[in-house]
Parts: sequence; structure tokens; C-alpha cells
Amino acid sequence: MHSATGGPALRGAAVRLPADKIASLTIALAAAALIALPLASLMRLAVAGDTDLWPHLMAYVLPHAVAQTVLLLAGVAVVAVLAGIAPAFLVASFEFPGRKVLEWLLPLPLAIPTYIAAYVYADILDAAGPVQTALRDVFGFKTGAEYWFPPVRSLGGAALIVGLVVYPYVYLTARALFKTQSASFAEAAQTMGASLWQTFRYVSFPLARPAIVVGLALALLETLNDIGAAEYLGVQTLTLSIFTTWLNRGSLGGAAQIALALLAVVTLLIALERSGRRGQSVEGDVQDGTVTRRLPLGGGAAALAVLVCAVPVAFGFVIPGGYLLREAIRRGLISGIEPSLLTALATTVALAAVATAVVLAVGIAAAIPLRLAPVRTGRPLLAIASMGYAVPGTVLALGLLSPLVSVDEILNALARGLTGVNVGLVLAGSSAALIIAYTARFSSIAIGVVQAGLTQTPREFDESARLEGAGVWPILRQIHLPLLTPALTGAALLVFVDCLKELPMTLLMRPLNVETLATSIYQFATRGSFEDGALAALLIVLAGIPPVILLMRLPDVREKRR
Amino acid sequence: MFKPLHAVSLAAALVAGAVSPALAQGEVNVYSYRETKLIQPLFDAFTKDTGIKVNVISASSGLEQRIKTEGENSPADILLTVDIGRIEEAVKAGITQPIVSGELDKVVPPQLRDPEGHWYAISMRARVVYASKERVQQTALTYEELADPKWKGKICIRSGQHMYNNALIAAYIAHHGEAKAEEWLKGVKANLAQKPSGGDRETARDVAAGKCDLGIGNTYYYGLMQANPQQKPWADATKVILPTFAGGGTHVNVSAVVLAKHAPHKAEALKLIEWLAGEKAQHMYADVNYEYPLRSGIDINPAIAAFGTLKADQLPLSRVANEKKAAAALVDKVGFDN
Repeated sequence: MHSATGGPALRGAAVRLPADKIASLTIALAAAALIALPLASLMRLAVAGDTDLWPHLMAYVLPHAVAQTVLLLAGVAVVAVLAGIAPAFLVASFEFPGRKVLEWLLPLPLAIPTYIAAYVYADILDAAGPVQTALRDVFGFKTGAEYWFPPVRSLGGAALIVGLVVYPYVYLTARALFKTQSASFAEAAQTMGASLWQTFRYVSFPLARPAIVVGLALALLETLNDIGAAEYLGVQTLTLSIFTTWLNRGSLGGAAQIALALLAVVTLLIALERSGRRGQSVEGDVQDGTVTRRLPLGGGAAALAVLVCAVPVAFGFVIPGGYLLREAIRRGLISGIEPSLLTALATTVALAAVATAVVLAVGIAAAIPLRLAPVRTGRPLLAIASMGYAVPGTVLALGLLSPLVSVDEILNALARGLTGVNVGLVLAGSSAALIIAYTARFSSIAIGVVQAGLTQTPREFDESARLEGAGVWPILRQIHLPLLTPALTGAALLVFVDCLKELPMTLLMRPLNVETLATSIYQFATRGSFEDGALAALLIVLAGIPPVILLMRLPDVREKRR
Repeated sequence: MFKPLHAVSLAAALVAGAVSPALAQGEVNVYSYRETKLIQPLFDAFTKDTGIKVNVISASSGLEQRIKTEGENSPADILLTVDIGRIEEAVKAGITQPIVSGELDKVVPPQLRDPEGHWYAISMRARVVYASKERVQQTALTYEELADPKWKGKICIRSGQHMYNNALIAAYIAHHGEAKAEEWLKGVKANLAQKPSGGDRETARDVAAGKCDLGIGNTYYYGLMQANPQQKPWADATKVILPTFAGGGTHVNVSAVVLAKHAPHKAEALKLIEWLAGEKAQHMYADVNYEYPLRSGIDINPAIAAFGTLKADQLPLSRVANEKKAAAALVDKVGFDN
């Protein structure tokens, strides 16, 4: 069945490891089930729902929503690519003043939830905000209606604001690749007289492309998941229409139908991108874990590099973070910190930490063995397991409830049989539901990062290890995990911070009396004074900083070791 | 400061599952669409009065669905909810049971409760106009007038699909029929100073900054703004007009309580519901959240009383709820939010 020569030789070798295959298949199946079960319950809703609403949706809702969504995603993509890739390339390839600080400041906007960024920028840039108030004072206008000012609550405003806080997905994945990709390529190119731009355009960028696509996909899916910022800024996205179809148009079935259609489109786009990439795969043959030597920049070039790196940090982090800090101080929130907020902080960090560990385990256990012991169904299973990120949080949560409750009902039937007592909702009514929900939603990050990282590891490594008789787990532990460490740390950070700020699933699925930082902010926002939640927002940021710093230090440790 | 050990044990407790509260006695489990910050003081007072512990989960949507899915094992005793359309839908979803209480029937007026007892209103709010003190001379308005071209470019409002506006538009349909409501909604859209966005507080803020002259918002936001030093200037620059439907009154919506079908602590739940309609709780609803109490003889907060006497629209709330979907469809049809 398999050819016995060249690359496929490895696959031939793998046939001799049925136990490994079963193990890797089981893990992939479990990971896929986490998504397949909620999707199945959504499908049940979609099928049960009638289709009477569709003529109305097609006539008045979806065309506009599709256009707005496409424009928003395009805008966010432009901002995220500009703000993510250039700084990633600069900090990975060059030495300039402030590089080290900027390198770890650049991912920090990740810790700022999109809806918080939207609130902050509306506060600053709306007619009543400091900017327009100053303009009126300077030019002698009396009201906000007498002059034109770009409206922050608009499609353009949303693209800019969301782009400025999701670009780190692109930055982090690109940077990890720029940093570890073969130095010999870039050096060879430059020795041969290639300009910097040519080196970037023809060598560094194509090598980093799989990772950049993973990052950009995460950024865009995060945009697609957002409801708070879109609603607040008045952008009628598809996700928002799913919501209004459910809540106002009174059709949960219709909402499930739109959600599944949206998921189908997203999945198709991701699959198309993957198949487009297959032909030009640059699976590393020469990669040897060398860290690129950074070229020193001087004078104008250094100043420009600092500027390019500082702008995203300023708008994505310093301004919103500074605004939150100012509000927290002004309102005496820091001096009079509420104990409930500290509980929320502990809860949030605990949940995020557990979920991150689970997600990483799923990513490693599902993706790596499948490379070493490939099974035909492996790829589609992993593709299913990666779909969680493409389903808006509230929709995924709704879909998860019923399989969780079904498991609980089985547990209750068992418990009744054994002890005669009901045990209640063991899964659906506890924080286990949240961990499962986070895992379902964020597994794709770990799987995607591991898969992208694996394409950088030459298959020759596996082959020679195999020839020396090593099994799947030793190869995983001794070859792949060390090589994947930077990418995995990046994934861990993304997942951890995503869990810290996750709102829609947490709101709907958390147990009684449990509050996270994100849900605390939400409590204030619904009362029309989100600034009173400024400290909770800052705590999300603070909790996100240590892992960021940890991540940024990691490659440097490697450098010192060599 | 908390100790890391606490965090660890907390994490363990969380992961192990917070199942016990649902099963213990002397407790009541509340699923709530009302903000924790508002209702926590009420629950604390209830616990102090009765010794019954209140466990809460609050969210913005989906709680009916959660209760429905949880089925017989649902720990939910009570759902605190807002907006008549939503309330009726919870009842239709089959997650409620009738509340039987002679005490409540005495206190809650018939138009503010379900004839079969599936829901009882707990508090009221009106959807009103925040008008610029400086630029608006009128002291009275009708909702119909909001479509008058004299307000062209002068009105601010949040999304037409937000439940507060949905109910207002539904009430308009109930009064005048769909065709007239469509004309009206088009007229209001033509008068907007900007795309519908933000929330009621942004609306007030925009009126204060002169972006528009009239804003549509709920009564209690105005009270909250006055009490918030950072937001007081917005309240100071605006006045509240209680608009009326031509030949009717001011549009009022309710917050209400329903008893979950499988409530595991029914007795405690009934106690809490009756307590919420009691004098102490009604005072708190009026004073802490600037709502209109439903119980007569309770003072309205002075900040709210200053708007003038509320002449609530007499249209039955169930008729407003019936037009919920039509209102949502109309917003789509005229592209109100686009």
C-alpha cells in the first residue's frame, strides 16, 4: 500500500506500529468529538427549525450582513498584517535600540478584549470625548454637529479598533517563525546580493507563510466571534444577525442554520487556503534550530524600525491600557479594591491555566502522533477538531449544553441505580463545563500551531530516529517537543490569554456564584458604566503579562545555551 | 492579597464542580438577566431577613435555553428577566410553572402579571427622550412626532434590534398597525444624526456633546448618570421628556420574575419572589436602580420623579409582546440599523 522508497518510507515504517496508530486515532477522535457533538446538537436545532424566515433574511438581512462582515474582516486583515508582520520581521531580524522592550510589548494588546477596546476608543473619540472637546475649544464650535469628524462607531472604526487588538495573533506566530527559521537561507540570499526587501519577499516571508496564515486566521476568527464590539460600534455582522435571529426574530433554528452556513463557508475558505499552500510547501530540509543572527541597524533605519514597532503598541496597548489605568485611579478602584474582584482574578487564572494545559495536551497528543503514525482519517478528524474557533462562542456554548446534559443524565441514572440519589449536573453545572467549552473552542490554536511547526521540522529527523528503532513517544519527546517549544509556548500564551478574556461562553455556561474578570466587566458595562470595571480589565491585562514575558525570554535562553 | 494556595484550592473546588449549592437546603438558585451589581444588594438583604442563601448566575442571553436544556436536573429556581417579549418567550418555551401567591395577587396589578401566573412584574421603566436643555424648547413630545422632519439629523438612538427599542417599536405597531409603523420608522431613520450604535448612555452623551438634540433612552440610565460624578455633566446638559403615544401614554416595559418548572427549592423561591414584591425590595428597586416600583405607596426616586408624573400607556403588555417579531422584521425591512 505504501511505497518503500524516499519520503513515504516513513509511512511504510509506520504500518508496523498498529498500537501507535490506534492511540493517535483515539486522541484525534476525542478531540474531534468535542466539536462534533455540539455541532450535531446545532444541526438538530437547524433541522428542527423551519425555513420560513429565509426569504426575509435573504431580502433584508443577509446581503447587508455579508457585505459588512467581509469588509470588516478585510479591514481587520489589513491592520493585523501591517501591525503584525513588519514588527515581527524587524524584531526577529535586526538589532535596534529598544528592540527587546518592543518585542515583548508588541503582543500585549492581546490581553485587551475587543469590546473593551471599542468602549475605550468610543470614550476617547466620540463627540463628548477629550479629542473632539479639544477640537471644539480650539476652533470655537459649540456643538458636535457643526463639523465633520470620522465616526468611531462605524465599520472603519471597528476594523481599526479590532485590528489593533488582534494583530498579536499574526505577530506571535510570524515572529516565532522568523526567529527560528533557517538563518542560512537569509544569509545565503544576502551573500548573493539580494536586498533586504528581496530577502523578506522571497525567503523569510514564504518560509513564515504557514504560520502567518494560522495567525491571521486566528485574528479573523476572533473578529468573527465578536459580538460586543460590533453591536456597540453599530456594525451589522453575520454573527450579530445570528444573535438577532435567535433573540428577536424568535428563531433559534434559523440562528443555528445561519451559524452552520457561516461555519461551512469558513471551513471551506480554510481548506482552500490549505490546499493552495500544499503545492508550495517549504517544509524545511535545512532547518537546524539555528536562531537568526540579527543585523544591527543604525540611524534613520533604526528610528524607522522603532516607529514601526511602537505604533501598534501605542494604539493597541498603551492608549487603552493607560485609559483604563486612569479611570481605575480616578474612581478609587485600586485603593478600595473589592475582595470579590480578587476572587474573580483567582477564578479566572485558575480556569485559564487548567484550560491551557488541557488544550496544549490535546494539541500535542492529537497532532504529533498523527504525523508519526499517520492514519487516513487523521487529517479530517483534526480539521474537525480545529473548527471550534470558527463557531461564535455563544453558539458553541448553546451547542455544548445538550451533550453535557446528556452525559449528566447518564451519570444520574447510574448514581440512582447505585445509591438511589441524583447527583445533579456534574458536568453542565460545574466549572468542568467551562474547561470543556474553552478546550472545544481553543484547541484549534494548539493544533494549528503544532501542525504549522511540524511542517518546519524535516521528516529526515523522524526517519533517522525510526531507523535507530525509536518509537513514537520517544520521537515526540526527544525531537518534536524540543523543536516545537517556542511555537507551543506561543500557543499556550494565546490560549491562556484567550481564556482570560473569554466572555460569551463563560457568561452562559458558568456555574452559580462563579464570576471571572470578563464577566465582572460585563456587569458594569450593562449598567452603562464600563469604566467602573476598569480595574477588572486591567487585571486581565496584568494576568496576561507574565506569560508574555516568559514567552519572549524563551528563545533568548536558547541563544545563550549555544 | 490572596495566597497562591487559596487559588489552588479554589481551582480544585471549581474543577471538582460547584454542584452542592443546587442540592443543599435553605437556598435558592437564581438565573438572572438583571445586573449583579443591582440585584446583589437585594439578595443580601433577603438573606439577612430570611436566612436563605441566594446563588446567582447572570448573563445577557440564553438562560431560557440553558434551563430548557438542563431539563429536570436544572438547578434553576427563578429566572429574573427583563422585557415583556422575552418574558412571554420564556413562558412559551415551557420552562415556567404558575406562581401561586395570594400575597402577590394583592400587590401586583393585573396588567403587570400573567393571567395564569407564569410571570409577575417586579419593576418598571419607561422608554423616554433625553433632550438637550439648550437646543430643545419643547417640554412635551409624542412618539409619533419623532418622525417629523423638523428633527432631521437631530436624533440619536441605539440599535433598533436592541430589546428596549424592539418593545417600543412593537408597541407602536400595536397602536397603529404595521403599515403606519413602517412609515414612522422610516421617518425616524431619516431623522437620525448617526448610525444606530452604542447604548443609552452614549445616546445621552451624544446629546450632551451636541451631536444630536434628542436621544431615546430608558429612565433609569438618567438616574444612574446623575449619581455618577463622571457622567453627571451629561445628565446636566439634558432633560428628560416623557413622550406619549398620540391618544395613549408613555411606553413602559417591565422586569419580571418567573418560577422554573423544575425548581428544586420551590418554597424558598416563592419566599424570594414575594420578598421582591415587598416594601423593602421595592424601595431598593426605586432607590438603587431608579426604576418605577410596581407596588403603590413606594416613593419614586426624586431624580426620576422630577421627570413629571408617569402616565403609563394602557396598552396591555401582552399585545406588545405579540408584535415582537413584527417589530424585528420591520427594523430589518427599513434597514434601520444599516
